Amino acid sequence: MSHVTSSVRPPLVTGGKTYGDVTEDICRQVEGKPTTLWNIAFLISLIVLGIGGYGLYRVFWFGIGEWGLNKTVGWAWDITNFVWWVGIGHAGTLISAILLLFRQKWRTSINRAAEAMTIFAVLCAGSYILMHMGRTWLAYWALPLPNTFGPLWVNFNSPLVWDVFAISTYLTVSLVFWYIGLIPDLGTIRDRAKNKVSKVVYGILSFGWDGAAKTWQHYENVSLVLAGLSTPLVLSVHTIVSFDFATSVIPGWHTTIFPPYFVAGAIFSGFAMVLTLMLITREVFGLKDYITIGHIESMNKIIMLTGSIVGVAYITEFVIAWYSGVQYERYAFINRMMGPYWWAYWSMMSCNVISPQLFWIKKIRTSVVATFILSIVVNIGMWFERFVIIVTSLHRDYLPSSWAMFAPTKVDVLDYLYTFGFFFTCFFLFAKFLPVINIAEVKAILKSSSEHVEEHKTVTSAQPGFQARPAFNKDVE
Amino acid sequence: MEHHIHSESAFLVGIFDDEDVLMSGVKKIRNSGVKIHEVYTPFPIHGLDDALGYSRSFMSKAAFLFGVTGFTCLVTLMVWTMGFDWPMIVGGKDYVSIPVLVPVGFEGTVLFSALGMVATFLTVSNLYPGKKPFLFDSRCTDDKFVMAIDLTKNKLTPEEITSIIKNYGAIEVSTKLVQAGDLD
Repeated sequence: MSHVTSSVRPPLVTGGKTYGDVTEDICRQVEGKPTTLWNIAFLISLIVLGIGGYGLYRVFWFGIGEWGLNKTVGWAWDITNFVWWVGIGHAGTLISAILLLFRQKWRTSINRAAEAMTIFAVLCAGSYILMHMGRTWLAYWALPLPNTFGPLWVNFNSPLVWDVFAISTYLTVSLVFWYIGLIPDLGTIRDRAKNKVSKVVYGILSFGWDGAAKTWQHYENVSLVLAGLSTPLVLSVHTIVSFDFATSVIPGWHTTIFPPYFVAGAIFSGFAMVLTLMLITREVFGLKDYITIGHIESMNKIIMLTGSIVGVAYITEFVIAWYSGVQYERYAFINRMMGPYWWAYWSMMSCNVISPQLFWIKKIRTSVVATFILSIVVNIGMWFERFVIIVTSLHRDYLPSSWAMFAPTKVDVLDYLYTFGFFFTCFFLFAKFLPVINIAEVKAILKSSSEHVEEHKTVTSAQPGFQARPAFNKDVE
Repeated sequence: MEHHIHSESAFLVGIFDDEDVLMSGVKKIRNSGVKIHEVYTPFPIHGLDDALGYSRSFMSKAAFLFGVTGFTCLVTLMVWTMGFDWPMIVGGKDYVSIPVLVPVGFEGTVLFSALGMVATFLTVSNLYPGKKPFLFDSRCTDDKFVMAIDLTKNKLTPEEITSIIKNYGAIEVSTKLVQAGDLD
C-alpha cells in the first residue's frame, strides 16, 4: 500500500497498519471468546442492574413517595440524574456530527463507541423521565394524543412537552446515525464469520451490505446530511433541557444564560465519559494504535475549553444575580455558595472549573492515568452542578417557614445504581458483539493519516501530540 | 436496478489492492471502452462515483423534502390543537404564539428529515434486514477493491478486457457466473 502521509500532522493510526490489519484488529474481540476480564465486568454490571432494579420496582409499585422529595424540594435526584445522563449523551453525536462537518479525522477512531455511549446514556435519562411521572403506565399522555376525557391535547407551551420531542427525536436520530454507520462494518464481520450463529445474526444485521460504489455514494450523502441535522439537534436538546428550568420563575433557574451554559456543560461531561470508557476499551482490547495519545490529547483540549466556558457561566450567573438587584435572586446564589449545601457548590467548582485547568500542562493532558482520573472527577463535578442548580434553588423558597433540606432515600440511590447497571450492561454487550471502532472510516483515513513504519521514521520518534513540527515542506492532507 | 439478466451471465471480476490505482484505473478502463458494472469497496472512496460516471446522490433532496413535511405537520398540529380544536389560556399567553412553535417545529423537521432520508436510502440501495448479498469477492468488505464487468454488455472479448484491466492495475482477474436474480 503506497502511503502519502502528512509531514506536518502526526499519524492518527500508528503501527504501520494495512487495511487487512484494521479489519483483523477490530474484529478480533467480536469473533473471539469473551475474556475473563469482560466476563467479570459484565457480571458486575448485571449485579448492579439487578440491585438497582429493586429500586425501580419500588418506584413503579409504590410511586415516587419512595424518594426523599418533600413539599419544598419537589425535584431532586430524579431530574439531577436525568440531566446528568442527557449531558453525557451529548458527546457521541457531537463527535460524529460536528467533527464530521469540521473534517476532523481523529473522530474516526472514537465516534462509534461515543455514539453507542450516547444512546445508552439517553436511555438512562429516559428511564428517569418515565420514573418521575409516578404513573409510568400513563407515560403516553406526554404524546400529542387526544385524551380520553375529550379532545384535550398536550400543552405545547410547556418546555416539558418540548423536552419529550427533543429527547425522543435525539434518541431516534442518534440510533439511526449509529446504525447506518454500523452496517458496512457488520458486513465485514458477516463475511468473516466462521460459525453458523454469527453468520445468521450478522447476516440479518448487515442488511445485505455489499459495498457497491453507488451505495457508498448515497451512504456518504446520507452521513453528511445526518451530521448536518444532528449538529443543531445536539445543541437544541440541551437547550430545551435547560428551558425546563429557564422558563420557570424560580430564582436561580430563571436565567437567559442557561442554554449555552448547559450545552457547554453537556459536551464537557460527555467527553469526560467518552474518555473514561475509551481509556478502558483501548487497554482491554489492545487498540492503542487506533486510539492514540493524540486522540486523548484532542479530547482533553475540548474538555479544557468547555470546562472554562462552564466556569465563565458560573461566574456570570453570580454577577448577573448581583447586578439584577433582585434580593431573591441574590439570596439564591449566596445560599448556593455559603448555605447548607456549600459543600455541593464547592465540589462543583473544584471539579468543573479548577480541575480541567490542569490540562493546560502538556504532561497532564497526554498522560493516560491523569486523564482517566480527571475524566471521572469532571463527571462527579457535573453531577454536583445539576444537584446544586436544582436542589439549592428549591430548598429555600420565598417563605422561610417552608424551607427544607433534601436527603436521598435508599430508593433514590438504588434508582441511580440501576441506571449505572443498565448503562454498563449495554456498553459491555456493545463492546463485545459490535465493532468498537468504525472499521470503514478508519480505512478511509489510513492512507493519509497512518504511520508508515519504513518511510517515516521521524513520525514514529516524534512527540505523540498533534503539534506542528518545524518542517513545513508539504501538507498533503 | 436496471440489470436484466436472463438465466445466467458471465462477469469478469478484477481485484485491486490500492484505491489510488483503482481510481486512476477506473477512468482509463472506461476510456478504453469497457463498461463497468459496479465497483465494490471496503470503504467510501471520494471521487469514485464521478470516475464511474454516476449522477449525484439525491439523498439531500429527499432529506429536505421530508424535513419540510415534518415542519409543516408539527406546526399544523400545534396551531390546530392549541388554536382551534381546544383553545386554552395558559399563563395568559396567546392561544397560538410563534416562539412556542419553534422547539417542536424544529424537532419535527429533524425527525422526519432523518427518518425519511434513511428510509429512502435503504429503499433505493435495496438494503433490508436479512437480505442475502451477492458478493463477487468477499474480500470487498475487507481489504480489496472489486470491479465487476458484465461480459454480456461489453463488445470486447474477455481476453481483451482482462488485459486492459490488468494493464491498469488489477492484481487478479477471474470469471464469475451470475444467476438471474442474484443482483436484484
